[in-house]
Amino acid sequence: MVPLEHVIGLSAILFTLGVIGVAIRRNLIVMLMSIELMLNAVNLAFVGFNRVWPEGPAGAAGAERALDGQIFVLMVITVAAAEVAVGLGILISMFRNRDSVNVDDVSLLKW
Amino acid sequence: MVSGTDGETLLRWIPLVPLLAALLHGVMIGVVRRSTPRWAVIAISCGAALLSFVFSCVAFFHLVQLPPEGRVLLDSIYTWIGAGIGDTRLAAEVAFRLDPLSAVMILVVTGVGFLIHVYSVGYMDDDHRDDRGFQRFFCYLNLFTFSMLVLVLADNLVLLFLGWEGVGLCSYLLIGFWYSDRFNAYCGSKAFIVNRIGDFGFLIGIFLIFKAFVDVGVPASLAFADIRQNFESISGLSVAVPFWGASMRLVDLIGLCLFVGACGKSAQIPLYVWLPDAMAGPTPVSALIHAATMVTAGVYMVCRMSFLFAAAPVASAVVAWTGAITALLAATIAITQTDIKKVLAYSTVSQLGYMFIAAGCGGYTGAIFHLVTHAFFKALLFLGAGSVILAMHHEQDIGKMGGLRRKIPQTTLVFGAGVVAISGFPPFSGFFSKDEILVTAYTAHVPGHLWLYAIGLFTAGITAFYMWRLFFLTFWGESRVPAELRERIREPSGVIVNPLWVLAVLALVGGLIGIPQIYGGWFVGPDQASHSLNNFLAPLLPEAEPHLLEHSTEWLMAFAAVGIAALGQLAAYVLYVRRPRVSRWLAANLPTYHRLVTRKFYVDEIYDRLIVRPLVHLSDAVLFRRVDAGLIDGLAVNGTARGVRAIAANGLKYLQSGLTQGYVFMMIVGTLAILGYMLG
Amino acid sequence: MGLLDDYLLSIITFLPLVTALALLGTGVLASAMGAAGLPPALWRAVGAGSVGATFLLSLRLFAVFDATKTGYQFVEHAPWISEYGIHYHVGIDGISLVLVMLTTFLMPVVLAASWTDITRSVKSYFFFMLFLETGMLGAFVSLNVFQFYVFWEVMLIPMYFIIGIWGGPRRIYAAVKFFIFTMSGSLLMLVAILVVYYLGHQQTGVFTFDLVAPPWSEASALLDVSIPTSGLWWQTQFWLFAAFALAFAIKVPMVPLHTWLPDAHVEAPTAGSVVLAGVLLKMGTYGFLRFALPLFPDAAVQFTPFMMGLAVAGIVYGSLVAMVQQDIKKLVAYSSVAHLGFVMLGMFAFNLQGMNGSVLQMVNHGLSTGALFLLVGMLYERRHTRMIADFGGVARPMPVFACFFGIVTMSSIGLPMLNGFVGEFLILVGAFIVHPWWAVGATSGVVLAAAYMLWMFRRVMFGPVDNEENRSLIDLDLREKLVLMAVVVPIVWIGVHPDPFLRRIEPSVSKLLRDLEVRREQVAPAPEVAQLAPVLARFEEDRP
Repeated sequence: MVPLEHVIGLSAILFTLGVIGVAIRRNLIVMLMSIELMLNAVNLAFVGFNRVWPEGPAGAAGAERALDGQIFVLMVITVAAAEVAVGLGILISMFRNRDSVNVDDVSLLKW
Repeated sequence: MVSGTDGETLLRWIPLVPLLAALLHGVMIGVVRRSTPRWAVIAISCGAALLSFVFSCVAFFHLVQLPPEGRVLLDSIYTWIGAGIGDTRLAAEVAFRLDPLSAVMILVVTGVGFLIHVYSVGYMDDDHRDDRGFQRFFCYLNLFTFSMLVLVLADNLVLLFLGWEGVGLCSYLLIGFWYSDRFNAYCGSKAFIVNRIGDFGFLIGIFLIFKAFVDVGVPASLAFADIRQNFESISGLSVAVPFWGASMRLVDLIGLCLFVGACGKSAQIPLYVWLPDAMAGPTPVSALIHAATMVTAGVYMVCRMSFLFAAAPVASAVVAWTGAITALLAATIAITQTDIKKVLAYSTVSQLGYMFIAAGCGGYTGAIFHLVTHAFFKALLFLGAGSVILAMHHEQDIGKMGGLRRKIPQTTLVFGAGVVAISGFPPFSGFFSKDEILVTAYTAHVPGHLWLYAIGLFTAGITAFYMWRLFFLTFWGESRVPAELRERIREPSGVIVNPLWVLAVLALVGGLIGIPQIYGGWFVGPDQASHSLNNFLAPLLPEAEPHLLEHSTEWLMAFAAVGIAALGQLAAYVLYVRRPRVSRWLAANLPTYHRLVTRKFYVDEIYDRLIVRPLVHLSDAVLFRRVDAGLIDGLAVNGTARGVRAIAANGLKYLQSGLTQGYVFMMIVGTLAILGYMLG
Repeated sequence: MGLLDDYLLSIITFLPLVTALALLGTGVLASAMGAAGLPPALWRAVGAGSVGATFLLSLRLFAVFDATKTGYQFVEHAPWISEYGIHYHVGIDGISLVLVMLTTFLMPVVLAASWTDITRSVKSYFFFMLFLETGMLGAFVSLNVFQFYVFWEVMLIPMYFIIGIWGGPRRIYAAVKFFIFTMSGSLLMLVAILVVYYLGHQQTGVFTFDLVAPPWSEASALLDVSIPTSGLWWQTQFWLFAAFALAFAIKVPMVPLHTWLPDAHVEAPTAGSVVLAGVLLKMGTYGFLRFALPLFPDAAVQFTPFMMGLAVAGIVYGSLVAMVQQDIKKLVAYSSVAHLGFVMLGMFAFNLQGMNGSVLQMVNHGLSTGALFLLVGMLYERRHTRMIADFGGVARPMPVFACFFGIVTMSSIGLPMLNGFVGEFLILVGAFIVHPWWAVGATSGVVLAAAYMLWMFRRVMFGPVDNEENRSLIDLDLREKLVLMAVVVPIVWIGVHPDPFLRRIEPSVSKLLRDLEVRREQVAPAPEVAQLAPVLARFEEDRP
């Protein structure tokens, strides 16, 4: 069994990397990838916790082994997929209009 | 409808008939397209006035048939304003009360009023101005009669106040009757506003009475009978007056407040300034409103509340002294006036002062007596002046008159009768009434009453002087009439002169109703008490003190009064007929005094500088511009708006940088902050 | 008739809005089917018919109203969002009856007056007017505080549009100022309402916004909640009253929160001004009477010197500033501030004379100031200016107009025989009994009113006809005469015979005073209120 701390630690590192990526990189594709990284880090954390505490949150009704965390991971993957679809759509539109995927180039909605 | 025998319900028709006439006039002017024929207007108007007078006489006869102690006729119609429950209920009824005091008043109002209506037919006929209105004039005149009758017939203070304000309104409308002239409109407004200042005091007096009853726990009512009945319960109260320091008896305070109202309506110091300017209205208006009826409302009100003033020595003293000073001041100003109507206006102010001297000294009967005789001779004088003005084709400057007795002899005669009456020569009316006032002042308990007597006596002399000056300058001596006018002077028609004859007779013999005991013995008549007016009013005004004078003193005072009047006449004769150059020399060599008096002691100018202009300036510069527009609107309201915009424009808007990563950064920071708060 | 009476208030309240929506829907349908939408004349006719019908229905209200009962009549209660205690609860007592009458009376007059005045976007205009009428009526009849708040805020929207679209040169500024100013005060009131709501839940366990329980039920209501006078500051009567008072004081308007009024009046079209002065300003004073005083009686008594001071300040300040105005409408606007100072003065006298006079004066002010704005509007229609300097000698070409103007001026000044005097006299007597010095200050307003009104009247009506354009002014036509007659008749009627109105107002006012006395826990009842208790026993309560 992999100790929980290692899993969480990896999750945290991945999350941090994702945050830094979103904050620092200006290329929209890289930002999207960083967001994906964050989401997957969170997925990892969910799965990790679910393995350690299989009975679920606060003694869930009757189940010997609850799967709430892993089911939630499925939901997150779905949302991530949807979000990426939309994000890529925006990206394409942006590239078509501005010939660039640099987020600094789309800053017209300002004062 | 009209029931000849039932005195009670007849009362309501006395004021209602003129009201209906006024409404009819109003409807005809406003709704009916064609202009009403003259005869119809006269019929409605004078008919209403005559009918009112007839009803008043009938009611009067009903009244005298009652025993002297119970001479009251009541007519209660409905409750006008009613609010409250139980003892604290305020109920102002529309109810009329005929007792000796109001009987005298309605006879004077309707009688003299009718004569003036007839006179006005002739006077207003001559109107060729742009803003003429024959029917409009009579509409207002009828409305005025209604208001005045309500005032004197009211059985409670609130209804009296309705009549009080009503006559003020009609005065405003009638003074500014020829409204195309800016000055006339101004005079009308001035009259109304100065009257309103008096009304301020009047209202405070009414409130004080009501509050006093409520505080004491007595059923609070503003009907005269009820106030009189419950008067003892409040006569002992005192109030603390902040600016004075000491405390004052409540009844004194009430009396003073009520008297402020009377000052406004009856043109006493300091609220007399509207009356001379009211002469801008047509002359019949001056005669009716500003001589015989409206201005006497203040005197009437004081006498109506005589029981209160009798128990309020401070207030009574103020009344008497204000009357005296006003009488003297106005008489002095009248000496140098050159407009025929202005002289009479100041004379009215002066004579009203006399009435207040009497009232303040407890001689309420004397005040009413003088009110009646003054109504006769002052109306006569004003109407006579109107006759002169008509004859002179609207010239009012006595400097351009003179020697008119040859051209308009009838007018001269009746005017002369009026002058004789007002000067106080026996056996004409003015003598008896003025004498009674002087005797009252002499025997009163008011502080300094001997000085009151002296002022009264001296003013009588001045009165005679300026009246005879007016007479001589207008009718006697050489003619100073401009040449082109000289040939066109004609005696006005009968409809104008005939009422004057009636008034002349009244002015001369009217004194008979009030002959005091010392002369009464000479008359042997069925009526055994000779001062019939006094006896008539006595049950109503029991506080009027009888004259406790030796007969010899009274004879002496009578002689003194006649003497000083004769002196005044002589002086006027000498100065204006025999040696006119002396008066011109005096005017030239005492320029300051002359100007001071001619310019009415600059009272109007003082008021303007001290009160009106600072108030307007305060309102405009300070209140409107600085406070309202500057402080509230500028600083608070628009300032807040500007502040919000400034914050947004200089600070907040920079948050919207448009840079995605900036937003991301803020999100991260925010998340960390929340995490820190939740975990820490 | 029974069914009609059961729902009379709802019908009266919503008939205008329903008519407006029906017309709107029909127009949309018509244009969807190819027609050009409804013609403006149809909107005019149906709209006028609707407000006329509302007025006739309200006459029935007046006739059937029982003047011997003190409770609410024509009560209707229906659950709306019951979990939160938001119900549809309407009912009237004497106070709201006369105000509802005033509203339903003024609306037809206003529409008749602006018949030819409004030429563009006529349909929108009528829509907003009908909407406005519903809003105002709803506020007057609401007995559920949440519902009242909804109507209170809803009223602002049509008014904003009316000022903003058909107004004068600075209309946008005036409309925005009016809207934001009024709303910002109301927001604090909303907070206070919620506090009372939660206090109610704390004490009775029930969530309700109802002010009183309907007569057939024993449910608890906000007036049964005992709001403490000390403790947590935001729960005390003092601050809650202050919040309510702020919202209402802005609406009254009380000095110094009045500056939205002159701008709103000057820039609004004639009809907007009449409605604003005639009805909307009464919302503020009505709010005090219906909500602020009954809910927070101790605080109300505590605030009395402050309120009276502001009232007298309003009278004097309003009159003085009115004296120096050059624009007739602005002058009348400031005179409104002065008149409503009288209303507030009478209200805080806490005795029968003062409060009766206060309620009656609300109606009087609506009539006389509304009439003044109508008259000014008629002048403006002819000359397109409101500056006094542009007039002079108008009485020559327009004598009938001058006559009406004169009557209304005298009513505004408070001449006896007209309505203004009755209200002012009762207010001053009532105020004088408890606070003589404030009443003395207020009486000076009587003199000042004469000063500024007569000054204006003289400058406009009298004197020579200086300006050539004034010479050819046309006098009133039949429509204008009818409109003015409609307003002048009640002015004279109330002045000569105010009893039918006072008779209906008094039981409600006396009940209000009695309830105030009962609910006050700490501050000692004033003597004149204590005197009422035994005497009021003759008014029966409505509970079965």
